[in-house]
Order: sequence, then C-alpha cells, then structure tokens
Amino acid sequence: MGTNSGRRAAYERARKRRSTVVATVSSLAVVTAIVVLVPHMPRWDRVHESFFNGERFANSLPRLLDAFVLDIKIFAWSMPAIVALALLVAITRNSRSAALFPLRILTIAYTDIMRGVPIILWIYLIGFGVPGLGIDRPWNSPLIWGSVALILTYASYIAEVFRAGIESVHESQRAAARSLGLSSWQTMRHVVLPQAIRRVIPPLMNDMVSLQKDVALVSLIGPIEILRQAGIDKSKFANFTPYIAAAAIFLVITIPLTRTTDWLMERERRRTTGTRIS
Amino acid sequence: MRKLTLSLAVTGTLLLAACGGSSSSSDTTAAAASGTGNECTTGKTLTAGTLTIGTGTPAYSPWVENDKPESKEGFEAAVAYAVAAELGFGDAAITWVRTGFDEAVQPGKKNFDFNLQQFTITDERKKTVSFSESYYSTNQAVVALAGSPAIGATSVADLKDVKFGAQAGTTSLDFITNVIKPSAEPFAYDDNAGAKAALEAQQIDAIVVDLPTAFYIAAVELTGASVVGQFPASASTTPDNFGLVFDLDNPLVSCVDTALAALKDDGTLAAIEKTWLSDKANAPVIAVS
Amino acid sequence: MSTAKISLREVHKSFGSHSVLNGIDIEIAEGSVVSLIGPSGSGKSTLLRCINLLEPIDDGEIFLDGIDISAPGFDANPVRRRIGMVFQNFNLFPHMSVQDNITLSPVRTLGVNNALARTKALELLERFGLADKVNAYPDQLSGGQQQRVAIIRALAIEPDVLLLDEITSSLDPELVGEVLDVVRELKNSGMTLVLATHEMGFARDISDEVCVLDGGLIIERGTPTQVFSAPQSERAQQFLERIIRAGRL
Repeated sequence: MGTNSGRRAAYERARKRRSTVVATVSSLAVVTAIVVLVPHMPRWDRVHESFFNGERFANSLPRLLDAFVLDIKIFAWSMPAIVALALLVAITRNSRSAALFPLRILTIAYTDIMRGVPIILWIYLIGFGVPGLGIDRPWNSPLIWGSVALILTYASYIAEVFRAGIESVHESQRAAARSLGLSSWQTMRHVVLPQAIRRVIPPLMNDMVSLQKDVALVSLIGPIEILRQAGIDKSKFANFTPYIAAAAIFLVITIPLTRTTDWLMERERRRTTGTRIS
Repeated sequence: MRKLTLSLAVTGTLLLAACGGSSSSSDTTAAAASGTGNECTTGKTLTAGTLTIGTGTPAYSPWVENDKPESKEGFEAAVAYAVAAELGFGDAAITWVRTGFDEAVQPGKKNFDFNLQQFTITDERKKTVSFSESYYSTNQAVVALAGSPAIGATSVADLKDVKFGAQAGTTSLDFITNVIKPSAEPFAYDDNAGAKAALEAQQIDAIVVDLPTAFYIAAVELTGASVVGQFPASASTTPDNFGLVFDLDNPLVSCVDTALAALKDDGTLAAIEKTWLSDKANAPVIAVS
Repeated sequence: MSTAKISLREVHKSFGSHSVLNGIDIEIAEGSVVSLIGPSGSGKSTLLRCINLLEPIDDGEIFLDGIDISAPGFDANPVRRRIGMVFQNFNLFPHMSVQDNITLSPVRTLGVNNALARTKALELLERFGLADKVNAYPDQLSGGQQQRVAIIRALAIEPDVLLLDEITSSLDPELVGEVLDVVRELKNSGMTLVLATHEMGFARDISDEVCVLDGGLIIERGTPTQVFSAPQSERAQQFLERIIRAGRL
C-alpha cells in the first residue's frame, strides 16, 4: 500500500484518457477525410451516378429482396445436409476398425476430388450433367442438383474441419472412455465429438459465412436469385447500383454471423486462458 | 549513246507514272484493297487507318461461322466487311476484338470502333452507347425439344404453363417477363449455351431467342429441337432491330449510317441476308392477344 | 490352472521395433494389492494397459478368472467393465460435470437407469468427501479432487479389479495424501488392486506383493519387506539405492 498504488491509479487514468483522445481524433480524421475528400475526386459524379444512384437503389430493392428469398432457402436446406454429411465423412475417416477400410478410402477420394476442383465447375457438372442423364421433372430441377453440388463441395471442406477437431482431442480421452467399457461409437458420440465440435466452431462459422455467399452460384444454372437479378437490372439500366444494393442485403445477413463468431471465440478464449498480455 | 537514251527514257516514264498514279481515279480500286478509310472516317477510328470491330466470344452461327469473323462467313461477319468496304477499309485494315455481350453495352470507353452481336436497339441502352441505324430486324421466337409442352402453341395463352429459359440481360428475357408472362418464373443463363444445356436436361421446356438463332439451334445445334413459332414484331415493346454498337456520341456513327444506307439502297444488305438468313417466313406466328 | 483373479503368462509387447514387455509372468490373487515399481520405461504403464486390453499383446496369454481374454477376437468391452483403470493425468471428460462423468458408463454400458445412476454417484462422492462437487466441472477442481473423482468414476461400474497407473505422479505433494487415503480405503473394502507407482513408502505400506520391473521383465518380486529390505537381484538393488538416495524411501 502507500503512495505507489495511488500514483499507479492516477497514471493508468491519465494513460487511458490520452488513448481515448487519440483514438477519437484519429477516427474522426479518417471519416472526415473520406466524407470531404472523396466527392472532390475528379470522376466522383460519374461514380456516384453509376454505383450510388438513389433512384436505382430504391427501384431494384423490392426485386432483389424477392430474389434473395431463394438464396435464403438454398442456404437453409443446404447447411444441415452439409454438416450431417461432413460429420459422417469425418467420423468414418477417423474410424479404426478394419471392416470400414474401403469406406475410409472412399472418404479420402471424396475429400480430395471435391476440394480439388473449383465449385463453379461442380455446379455445371452436377447441375446440368446429372439431370442430363434423363431424370424427369421435378427431380431434375437445377435447385436440387445445384444444391447437391454445393452440399458435396462444402461437406468435403467441413469434413476436414471436423477431422482436425476430432484429432485434436487427446488420445487419453479415448483411453479413459474405453477403459470405462464404452464402445468405439459411444466414445465418439459422448466423449470425442462434443469436445471436437466445440473446438471447431470458429472455422465452422467461417465456412457458413462463405456458404451464405456461394449459394449465389446456383444462378449459373438458371434460378434467378439475388445476384442474377442484380445483373439483369444492371444490364437493363446500365447502372451498377443494383449490385451495391445486393451487397448491402448480403451484409445485413452476414455481419451478424461474423460478429457472433468473434464473440464466441472471445468467450472461449476467456474461458481457457484468462488474462491477456498487452 | 543509244543505251543511255533508252535508260533515260525508261526512267523518265517510270517517274511520270509514279507521280501521276496517286491522283488517278482508276487506281481507286487498287487503293481500296489495302484501303485505310475514307474522308469521313479520318480521325474517328481508334487507330488511324484501321477499323476495329468487336464481336462475341464465341461468336455463334448463323451470325459468324466457325467463330471466325475473318472468314467473312456468317451474316454479321458479312455485314461487317460490307460496311468496312463501303467506308473504304480494305480487308487488311480490319482488326477483330472479342467482348462479352453485356460489357459492350455498358458505360465506359470501348476497345472497338463498333461491335455487332445481335444487339437490339433500346432506349435504355442508348443512354450508355450509341447505335447505328438498324441493319437487320427480327422477331423473338420459341425453340423447344420434341415432347415439350410448348410444341404446337399458337398463342401466348398456350404458353402460360411452359417453363422458359433465356440469356440474362437480353430482350428475349424481357419478352418472357413482359409479354408471355408465364406462370413459372423463367430461368436465366450467362449465355445461350447454358439455356441449351438446361433444355437438354429438361429443366426448361423452351428457349426464347431471336428467330435466326432459333433456326440455327433447331437445325444444327440440338437434335430433336424445332422452332415452335415466332412472335409478331408488334408484340414487343421494342421490336428487335439490330444496330451496331459504338462509344456514346461517337462521330463515326454518321459515317457508318451513310455506309449502311448505301448498302441497303444497292441491295447488298438484302443479298447478305438472303445468303445467310433464309427461312424468315417459315416459322408459324404465335398470336399475342 | 491357477485360481488367481488375473494371471499373465509370458506376455510380450512391442511398439514397432522397440520391445517393451519381454516375457511377463504374474499372478494376482483376488482381493490382493500388487505394486509395480521400477525405472521409467520399464513397462509398468504398458503392462497395465495390456491387462485391460487397451493395448493388444504380441505374445503370451492373459487370464481373467481363468478365461483367456487375450484371445484374438475376444470382445474387450465386457472385460473393461470388470477391470477399471485410473490414469496419471486423471482424464476426466472436461465437457461434462462430475456427476455426468461418473454416470456416463453405468447408464450407457450397463443400462442403469439415469436416476439410479445419479443416486449411486452421489453415494460414492459422499463416501470420499466430494458430495458438494457433484455439479462442478473438472476445471473447477484441484488435482487431488479430480483424481478422486476419476477413481469414483472407475468404481461406478463396480469392477472386480482396479488398475492404478501412477495416479499420484501429477499431483502436488500436499494433495497426494488424500488420494492415497482413497486407495487405502479401497484395499480395506477388499478390492483387487494393481498399481504402478513411484510412491515407495505407500507401496511398502499397503502392498501384499511388490514387483520390480526393468527392461520389460520382472527382476524382483516378493513381499514388501523382502523387496525393499533385502533385494536379491543386482539391478533391483541399484534401483532401490537410487530411490533411497533421492530421499523417496
């Protein structure tokens, strides 16, 4: 106790005040610079007209929102399928029983091949190719097979994420579970998976954000979702504002997810490590 | 003495011939083969003495055959060379560039003097690019495979429950949405290749496309496909008149319009159309009202 | 055929080219306490892990109540319900509460009803003074508490034998005592125990038999008095000398 603690408190207060002032001033300076200087740039009028046209924005918005419903639907039915398939692949890959050897080889081939080809190619190959084999409507819909392409591709990436999570669970956890008489599957289900999944929530959410945007790729094989609608409006009115409007709509959905991911990561970090070295 | 006189005489004649040749009107055709434009086009082309023409990537039949516009084969290839010749450009003075359909009509500086890819002249597009006079006009048409519900349609009412597809950003797609107004929303594709693939996969029942393209698809590209019919020109809010696309307010437009007028007057344009686009009358008309 | 609870005959185990057990013969009578001591790498842990079939053996036989449990294709799960194991690093399941850790196996492998399992878990926790920790998570417990929970978890499935693999080696010295008290109590209640340990004093106090391992072989065995006071083999003598010099005996 004594003067040092009082001096330290005062010092910390002054330091905090100073850093608040610096932060505020620098932020204000940057924002002011953007707001004041950008409109003075030589072709700002043209850019404003082409990209930030209020009338075009308002005109396209209802059509874009309507088309966005399709993107949301595709995401809603694809995501659970992706997680389920990815878990299945990861668990199979991780299994140790000799009987499952052929399945393990299959999963390795699956993840290698699906991840080795750009998603766009898969959309075309599966979205056009499979129905082209002669399936009747409605089972040949591009929504079905485009989603299948998305599901197969994304599951291959997320399976690897799950696999990393599963392998990060220490072998001793398995040893303890098996010593208690739990079977291989019970060990996976009650001991390994809960820990594995908890660990890979951040990369998992990352991939979800990615998927929210990649659903737009289904537009390549016909369905008019938001990206295609924005493109149609862009061509018709020769103005890029519809794209800005589409971007804004995407951000409304993706930003909450990215913020949630950050919050989850921070919470996990605080739980496991405590203090932060500055 | 005699050899010197003879050589002097020969040299003198040659010099006379050279001096007099450039201003002689009988040499115009020779100059035209390696011609670099006329008075109108001087200073208005991207590169002096060269005409840069843009077309699609790839360029489809019957507009360009074998994706080789330099062969002059195909309706638009032939029109391009006819216009160029009328403007005084020889074959050697023509350069081809390829652009996407959409990018050619977007605002911004172009890398061609003019572009032809079946661009319909519309008021909206006129805000960002300039068009020549129309060099061809056509109707929208419907293509379908045998067994499609679109087959046998004679009016728009027959097409209400048909699943349509078309290239995005075209007047064809607009036609579906604004005139046919089917009960199911159409599918849109980056290009007609996508629409054709969807037709073969039976994900769509019919494609709407301009009539000559419809004939080509039915005759050559897809087995079992036929042209169901064409829509009368009065049906579209913007009848499909094709024009050459230029930079906005490009002064070259007036030169080209003059050339086009000349080609129409002397029957060249009609002849080119007859060569490359026949069967115009051979598709039944689908009533709109 | 001996009437021992567990007997091992000529057991060999290698990891790759490294042979860890080179012919182990041992008999463990029911209700007895057998301690395995020896330098690191002598194979103590491996031996325990072979007994409950966590590691398959390369040669030899292991008998439980006269049945050859090391036969190829023998179902290991029922064996592990009769032979429990406690580990050096506790290995509690961090995502589950103490209660869930304890009830997991009885419910899932023995089909015990949930409520009954919880009641029995609470009884065990009370018996060992940890009743107030029933809903705590492992990371909220001290090392000694975690290890005692680990022992309770192993007891919950009512095994015949308990294998204890250096269960105090990761603990702070002042926490060792409470764990050893638990082991003493288990011995007094008649449980068959096999423990690998560095706690020589403890081993001398509670064991019926002490085996010294070195290089994958049992080089000395006998009662605690025999082994600690009058070791016969030279290597055992050297080992014990080092231990004494380190003040651990």
